[in-house]
Amino acid sequence: MMRIRDFSDRELADRLAQGLDLRTGPFIFHIQSRDDPVFSGLRRLYADFPVSEAGVRDFHISVCRPANLRRWYRPQVVFKHDRESPFKPLPANHAFASLEWGMNWCIAGYAHHFLTLHAAVLERNGRAVMLPGEPGAGKSTLTAALSLSGWRLLTDETALVDLDTGVLWPMARPVNLKNHSIDIIQAFSSDAVFGDKAFDTHKGTVSHLKPSLDTVMRMDEPCRIGWVVFPRWQADLPARLTRRPRADTFVYAAENSFNYSVLGETGFRALERLIREAECFDFHYSRLEDALLAFDRLST
Amino acid sequence: MNAAFQRLLTALRHPEKMASLSEPEWDALLRHTRNASLLSRLALDVRACQGWDTLPLRVRQHMRAATFVAERQIRAVRWEVHKMHEALEHMGIPIVLLKGAAYVMDDLPPSRGRLFGDIDLLVPRDRLGDVEMQLRLHGWHGTHHDAYDQRYYREWMHELPPITHITRGSTLDVHHNIVPLTARLKPQASGLLADLHPIPGYSNLYRLGNADLILHSATHLFHEGEWTHGLRDLVDLDALLRHFASKPGFLNALHARADTLGLQKPLQYALQYTQALLLTPLRELGLSAPSKKLTNPLINRLFMHGFASAHPDLSVPGSRLALFALYLRSHWLRMPMHLLLPHLLHKALARSKTAEE
Repeated sequence: MMRIRDFSDRELADRLAQGLDLRTGPFIFHIQSRDDPVFSGLRRLYADFPVSEAGVRDFHISVCRPANLRRWYRPQVVFKHDRESPFKPLPANHAFASLEWGMNWCIAGYAHHFLTLHAAVLERNGRAVMLPGEPGAGKSTLTAALSLSGWRLLTDETALVDLDTGVLWPMARPVNLKNHSIDIIQAFSSDAVFGDKAFDTHKGTVSHLKPSLDTVMRMDEPCRIGWVVFPRWQADLPARLTRRPRADTFVYAAENSFNYSVLGETGFRALERLIREAECFDFHYSRLEDALLAFDRLST
Repeated sequence: MNAAFQRLLTALRHPEKMASLSEPEWDALLRHTRNASLLSRLALDVRACQGWDTLPLRVRQHMRAATFVAERQIRAVRWEVHKMHEALEHMGIPIVLLKGAAYVMDDLPPSRGRLFGDIDLLVPRDRLGDVEMQLRLHGWHGTHHDAYDQRYYREWMHELPPITHITRGSTLDVHHNIVPLTARLKPQASGLLADLHPIPGYSNLYRLGNADLILHSATHLFHEGEWTHGLRDLVDLDALLRHFASKPGFLNALHARADTLGLQKPLQYALQYTQALLLTPLRELGLSAPSKKLTNPLINRLFMHGFASAHPDLSVPGSRLALFALYLRSHWLRMPMHLLLPHLLHKALARSKTAEE
């Protein structure tokens, strides 16, 4: 099996121009692009990911310059899924971020063979913790810190729940960090490898954290859920884990699912099983170190 | 017709033969059927066939996903119709569901795996203002605020500008006729309203009569020029013809109805193209197959480009020009020249203005 790191720069650029079949957990993305940020993002952050050979791909996507004057004048890029272009054109240096958002968009819009939830998932000692994302709650920062501290990253953005068995499937993709979080994680660990920053996106400054080799090598290993934890960063508070009712967790997760309403009864049953298997908590913290200790205690 | 388009048609005609496709062929077919809004329909067909278990994993996964989407659409249409009916029921006028919503609410075969955009309804023209007011009171509001658009719809068209529900985001198209006021074909809406079928379980809620369902679908497909859904609409027609032809006397009624409403031409096209592309067994169904010679060869070529327009892989050289010609044709059929030229000019200018922004 070839991995991206096995290609020379030249080979990778040629493959990308034609269309490269990148596998990330259960999905194969056929990615076509001639843009430098896409090339260097994949080169740096997806080096360990497998490249599959022609077969059925899940999504055919591209990040390309539009065929108009904006090719040269303040260049822009357009993300496309097959014939659809769901986003407005973005400045050319947002090309890699646009690829990442586009991949998430494809999964949210089409991967209805999973129940998809807006949450990060990590694993330790064979059990998964799911962190649902309230914007601004510090989910991504905590996910990045845990992934650099002995937890295996399954996903930072979209939890994939198996409709038949209830296990959580990994994607092992890079963690998307914003603004101040980038500096926090850079200061947190000297092992952290980041892609180039994209400035002034609709989410501010954005950069992606490379997943560890172990994370990528185990992208086909699903995991059963152990805990659902709702993190909330609050200044000057001691770290505190408090029980949260399952019914309340269910409702929150349903509302923050990308496809709960598409799946109907099947989605209800899958979510019900997931939440029934999990212990549910609210978690307040102010210092990452305290948070890691609390998660350590949870998993042992 | 190129190989990719041929394969798409084979899939629609013979879902049981799909087990022999290679992975790259499946890869292409999934994209093409999805773009033609036919993936859910194909998924239901293929899942019912032998050999389903042997298909590539990703094919089965995406077809399962597409089946969920189809089921959700049916739930959503039923709910929206229910809410719309709540808003209009007390007016005591017939509310007639058209196309997709009618198929779903009366459980007709084309509803199987069909994807929808808007919900279309037909109401008497003299009550249009009241209907609009009631819907507004129940949360449906207009989206086309531009004065030109308003005038275009209200003076020339057969429908109000689309209205969208403020919280649920669903869109209704309220019609008072099945073709524009200015169109060359002039079926009378009052004639259509004379033969209605009640929707079970609802008062004042109807669909068009059996023959009229087919005539309306055919007129919409061949005269209104929404060709990206052309093949999907032809699949509807095929399902309607197969379903109703088993009823005694239906065929005579269909032709007689086409004569009365002045819709012989679209009916002829519908019969010709369902047979040619989807192998609708017209003769077995007791329908006389139309002579190909009736269709102008140029128009025939344009229609074939239209049916292949869902994805660039399906098209053959000349398709851009052909699609432009179909676009002009649909407008030419919709309004007389003295209205058409200024209208197209306005649209072209408006488009270049948005492009600049």
